[in-house]
Amino acid sequence: MINLEFIINTLSLGSLYAMLALGLVIVYGILRLVNFAYGELIMIGGYTLYLLTGFTPLPWLFVAFLAVIVSMLTSLATELVAFRPVREKSLTAMLITSFAVSTLLQNAALLIISPRARAVTLPQIFQKSVLIAGTDVPWRNILTILTSIFMLALLTLLLKRTVLGIALRAAADNFRMTRMLGVPANTVISSAFAISGIMAGIVSIFWIGRSASVTPTLGAPPLLVAFVATVIGGMRSLTGAVVGGFVYAIIISLLGIFLPPDLLEFREAFMFVFVIIILLFRPEGLIRSKTSVERVG
Amino acid sequence: MLVLKDVHARYGAITALRGISIEVQEGELVALLGVNGAGKSTTLATIAGVLRPWQGEIQFQGKSILGKTPEQIARLGIALVPEGREIFPSLTVEENLRLGAFIRKDRTEYRRNLDEVFGLFPVLKERLQQPGGTLSGGEQQQLAIARALMSTPRLLMLDEPSLGLAPALVDQIFDLIVRLHQRGVTILLVEQNADRSLEIVDRAYVLNTGLIESQGTPDQLRTHTDIEGIYMGDKHRANT
Repeated sequence: MINLEFIINTLSLGSLYAMLALGLVIVYGILRLVNFAYGELIMIGGYTLYLLTGFTPLPWLFVAFLAVIVSMLTSLATELVAFRPVREKSLTAMLITSFAVSTLLQNAALLIISPRARAVTLPQIFQKSVLIAGTDVPWRNILTILTSIFMLALLTLLLKRTVLGIALRAAADNFRMTRMLGVPANTVISSAFAISGIMAGIVSIFWIGRSASVTPTLGAPPLLVAFVATVIGGMRSLTGAVVGGFVYAIIISLLGIFLPPDLLEFREAFMFVFVIIILLFRPEGLIRSKTSVERVG
Repeated sequence: MLVLKDVHARYGAITALRGISIEVQEGELVALLGVNGAGKSTTLATIAGVLRPWQGEIQFQGKSILGKTPEQIARLGIALVPEGREIFPSLTVEENLRLGAFIRKDRTEYRRNLDEVFGLFPVLKERLQQPGGTLSGGEQQQLAIARALMSTPRLLMLDEPSLGLAPALVDQIFDLIVRLHQRGVTILLVEQNADRSLEIVDRAYVLNTGLIESQGTPDQLRTHTDIEGIYMGDKHRANT
């Protein structure tokens, strides 16, 4: 039941979902765009892993690094080619563009590689476990937690200590005013998409680490998780994304324990019931952005 | 320094500019007066590049800035303190000021501007690590002006800096505008408080429904214009 194994597994899942949600919300915060092509960045990271581990002798760690870079470059490319031309038009245009990019990337994978699942060779460490206080804990879960701590620290440092980071947060508060201070809109938006792509790339490593295979439609489940986690946590705040990711993981893990076995396949349905309940009481999500508590007068 | 020639613009459906020509010389303090909806804020938004005019010409230091982005215009040295202050509520006071200096990369200039801004607004020094959203209205207004000054602007545009402030603070803000002007900062001031503005400016334009109704020095305006019309907006606001 709720033992050390459960706690570490849930923490690991929560770390993964937190990174997932962060990648989605960093773009949403600035452009108010839910990027539906976000899941495909994870899929692209997955195929990079598949191709480079299967057909090159490169060491695994280097391949993982390249997968993150490829996801980031894809994210930057979609912004440059697809989103930038419609940015000034309307939010709806951007939303539909993100659906188009999503479909396009999925079909590209379908045509170029295969509709069928491809096995990804994982490094030894992903199959090994370590004995902690009498329980077998998979290394994969420990690595997920450590990576997310590292990424959160790095992101916090960037957002709090660098001028670019301060500009990113300012743009989430008030994009027009940020531009009027001389901060180039394109720099801010490209940076947000780059961070989003890096997050997607890192998530792809651990997501594939669980299934050990990649398909063209791999991106849909993580996109849904990211979207729901940000809605729970609050779309306007990065802290909210992290909280939402962990809340999602805790609820889904608890459902896994307490639901009767014949209801387990409806776990997601029960999950959404919880989400609806949370939203009934906190329509803005658990963490409200500071913008809404601005003092007047 | 700044020249607007026959500028037409639309902002939403209501406020529009129907052919505005304005000139501001280097070192001048010029006011745009008029009632609500006369087009004052629209004029500033057009100069700042937030709004693109569909006809007319805007020049800054002899060069056209028409069609430039807000960030490019900011880099030329035009700073806007917008109506409603628009400070970044989730950023600390220090971060707000740091972004104000975004276009100035020089560290010593940053320190000097910071000291200068603290001299003008001592309260900001005490609030340095507080989120901007937790400041009072008057403090936020000071922060908004301080943020604009951090970029050492060549032209400072102030949109209704006294709006919603307590009378004592209004005096402070007008004193500050005079002091900045004496230091040689070129200022374009938008105000509904017409009589207070006419006491301090070199020249003023009176806008009405997107057109320039009259212009001149304060003395010329007082003798030749129905200032009552401008007062209306001010009195109307005081009553509501």
